[in-house]
Amino acid sequence: MNRLTQRAVLAATAFLLFAGAAAAQEQTIDDRINEIFSGATGWFVTLIFSPFPGTSFPWIVAWLVIAATVFTIYFGFIQFRAFPHSIALVKGDYSDPNDAGEVSHFQALATALSGTVGLGNIAGVAVAVGIGGPGATFWMILAGLMGMASKFTECTLGVKYRNEFEDGHVSGGPMYYLTKGFAERGLPGGGILAVLFSIFCILGSLGGGNMFQANQAHQALTGVLGDFPGFVTGLIFAGIVFIVIVGGLKSIASVTEKVVPLMAVIYVGTALIILIMNADMIGWAFGQIFAGAFTGLGVAGGMVGALIQGFKRAAFSNEAGVGSAAIAHSAVRTKEPITEGFVSLLEPFIDTVVICTMTALVIIITQQLMIDEATGTYMLNEAGTAIKTVGDTSGVGLTAAAFGSTFSWFPTILAIAVILFAFSTMISWSYYGLKAWTFLFGEGKTKELVFKVIFCIFVVIGASASLGPVIDFSDAAIFAMAVVNILGLYFLMPIVKREVNSYLDRLKSGEIKKFKH
Amino acid sequence: MNDKFVVGFDGSEAARRALDFAMDRATAQGATVVIAHVLEWSPYSFLTPTELEERHMRRKEELNRAETSIITPAKASVEGKGVPVETVLRYGHIADTLCEVAEKMEATQIFIGRNGHSRFGSRVFGSVAGNLVQTAPVPCTIVP
Repeated sequence: MNRLTQRAVLAATAFLLFAGAAAAQEQTIDDRINEIFSGATGWFVTLIFSPFPGTSFPWIVAWLVIAATVFTIYFGFIQFRAFPHSIALVKGDYSDPNDAGEVSHFQALATALSGTVGLGNIAGVAVAVGIGGPGATFWMILAGLMGMASKFTECTLGVKYRNEFEDGHVSGGPMYYLTKGFAERGLPGGGILAVLFSIFCILGSLGGGNMFQANQAHQALTGVLGDFPGFVTGLIFAGIVFIVIVGGLKSIASVTEKVVPLMAVIYVGTALIILIMNADMIGWAFGQIFAGAFTGLGVAGGMVGALIQGFKRAAFSNEAGVGSAAIAHSAVRTKEPITEGFVSLLEPFIDTVVICTMTALVIIITQQLMIDEATGTYMLNEAGTAIKTVGDTSGVGLTAAAFGSTFSWFPTILAIAVILFAFSTMISWSYYGLKAWTFLFGEGKTKELVFKVIFCIFVVIGASASLGPVIDFSDAAIFAMAVVNILGLYFLMPIVKREVNSYLDRLKSGEIKKFKH
Repeated sequence: MNDKFVVGFDGSEAARRALDFAMDRATAQGATVVIAHVLEWSPYSFLTPTELEERHMRRKEELNRAETSIITPAKASVEGKGVPVETVLRYGHIADTLCEVAEKMEATQIFIGRNGHSRFGSRVFGSVAGNLVQTAPVPCTIVP
């Protein structure tokens, strides 16, 4: 172990001891962390989520929706036109056999997916449906379909403008295409945008990519093991994350990377079984989704509430327009950056259109949301902030209750899934945050170590704080990335257009050939 | 046209025996021996973001290591015996890749050594020899 790592271990141990010594006052620690946290981040959350004057519609949601619509139209519904070609690319039909051993399209997609498929699909959807009603599902699916175009744009640029270092490792992402792409087009301000993006990306990696995950993992654990203080989960998680990202213990990370897809398959499989068992209710569920999408069915905030929740949770889950996936996708080996764009557009589809919809359908079909029989509309909880649920659950608890109503053993599986998803998302986001960090401060062992230690400390904070302030800050930080990223994408989209036209022409003329038949 | 024998070579004892066996046949028949080393690789495996980032660099390292520690010594050990020797270094599924190499080079035979796993072991993990026998496009010799 080198000296740096030793020092980091000492610092982390001191922190853990401090937290442990204070264990006698367990209840107050959580409360205090919570208080300090919401006090410190409140202004930022307010700024990002402030509604248009006179409405309850947050400007940031409009920002994402407008962007997804603009990209969809600008690229002529590329997400539908290129869908079959995307699948052929992932299958490896167009991969040069001489590139075997390099990162394949499938691998880049799988790694990016393991960063996005996670709690957003389980807890986030439950939050959306719990507050916005079944109608939120409609807007979520729509946002997922449109978001495919945003993802396409950013991932193409991510590969095109990545940095390839002499030793062969690559670094890519919005910070690189903002600087290089703007310079190439002779536009000013790329550097400033890149710096802003990096700052928000670091915050996002500490928020949605870390604290939200730790928080929900703790909720899942208490759901199975009974109540215990959050910082215990936080310390354990921080310890494991520390070993992986600082100690370089790759085996834990690679085990997770292999188990996560399996958990995703089990999750979707179980959801499908529940849907098949209740096949007669699927029609009714879609009826609720469509009716709710346009009338609100009496949920808090009505139709607009459903729309906001749907769009918000979709964006939080699939991260289209946020720029994070561009960092993961940029390592692929391809002569045509646009091919990675095609592949990446499958990500919001799998994440949101397939997996999120499954969760929402299961919650609706198992009738966790309580309907007032007299009026046929949804009943609100006492505070009037969300729909009343059968077991008074919310977030991941609501999803667990919905699946558990059919299979009593499922909450245990779900708890394991949540913990693994949370862990793999943390590993991915620690990487995204680190890339932003090294973009700002330069590459170097000490600099990287500082970020990694900060990251681990935030795991503890996230697990200790209550859901409200954490989820607000997580959302705010991630959406702040989208503000900068999308602004940049508007200026750079002509470059992508050129690439896509040239590629599709060559594909049509037969110049680009399949290697496999 | 002279015959080409592809020898699947991984540096093991068994591979050594296969290479020697193939060399004997090649000498007798005036064939060319192709020493083929395949690095096990699947484009569908899962990697962490850090592994993605370093993949290109690692690939270079792996190829260099295979070249210097496996291919070069193997070639050196059989050179000067009057048999032309070629080498191939590839990534992929071992049995599939050996078949592809054989097809591409228009080889007439494939030789591999047998590691002698138990029957249970090959059931669970699969065996290169077993796969190759089932899929090889040319006659295949398994050297015990």
